[in-house]
Amino acid sequence: MSLFALIAQETPQFLPQNIAFGVIAVISVVAALKMVTTSNVVHAALYLVLVLASVAATYILLAAEFVAATQILVYIGAVMVLMLFGVMLTRAQIGAEDDLNHDQRWIGGLVAALLLAVMSYALIDHYGDDRLPETIVPQTTAEVSDEIFSTYIVPFEAISVLLLAALIGAIVVARRD
Amino acid sequence: MYSDFLRDYLIVVFFGILAFAVVGAFIGLASLVRPDRPSEAKNTAYESGVDPVDGGWSQSQIRYYIFALLFVMFDVEAVFIFPWATRLEEYGMFGLVEMTIFIFILALGLGYAWRKGVLRWV
Repeated sequence: MSLFALIAQETPQFLPQNIAFGVIAVISVVAALKMVTTSNVVHAALYLVLVLASVAATYILLAAEFVAATQILVYIGAVMVLMLFGVMLTRAQIGAEDDLNHDQRWIGGLVAALLLAVMSYALIDHYGDDRLPETIVPQTTAEVSDEIFSTYIVPFEAISVLLLAALIGAIVVARRD
Repeated sequence: MYSDFLRDYLIVVFFGILAFAVVGAFIGLASLVRPDRPSEAKNTAYESGVDPVDGGWSQSQIRYYIFALLFVMFDVEAVFIFPWATRLEEYGMFGLVEMTIFIFILALGLGYAWRKGVLRWV
């Protein structure tokens, strides 16, 4: 039995979502592989944009609209700008390079495999054979807001201090004198 | 409700596919009719007719990083203001005070950057 037939038999109401997830997952994995194999640092950053965008699309599929918007706004909008500036600040030469691959890639691969194992174990251990509920209610931004301004009010205020510390740290490092 | 939600985003997907299709169709159509004679000289940067020296990239100044970080900071601030704005009337005074504290602490960073003169460009 093919995979699609199996999915269609198990959860017929989620078939379009499963197909969409398949497409997004393929884009994400291909972009991630291109990101680590490309010889141009800026291209790697742009492939990372594609990976982050497909993660945002996955959030949409999971009916988490606000998280998806945040992913696009903060990660693709702001963090990528920060990373590109970081590349421009630290490397004089931007373009194709031959010395991006070196011996440490095996250690990097090992770390990635370990991370995959740990995350897979955590997910399987926590969810096991659990299934998505038959009816999924999309979470609205207002519900997210209610959570922030009741349960997570202290972390919310702590974030402002964290951001302040990051900015002051950058200013101290970057100042001329 | 969930399928309605996804149907809304299906329109976004269709628009995305349409955008790629239109661009692809026009570039593909153009490549059929335009002459194609690539040469090394056509790929060089145009600098008022003078042959360019060195590459187009150079190491940029660290001060750009401060502006990028300021952008990240206020981007995250905006992310928290959006959900707050949807429930502003229900929270009343409590929400106003909480958000004022949040914005004030972040504004301290901007004030610090101002006082230290890193916002001055020249």
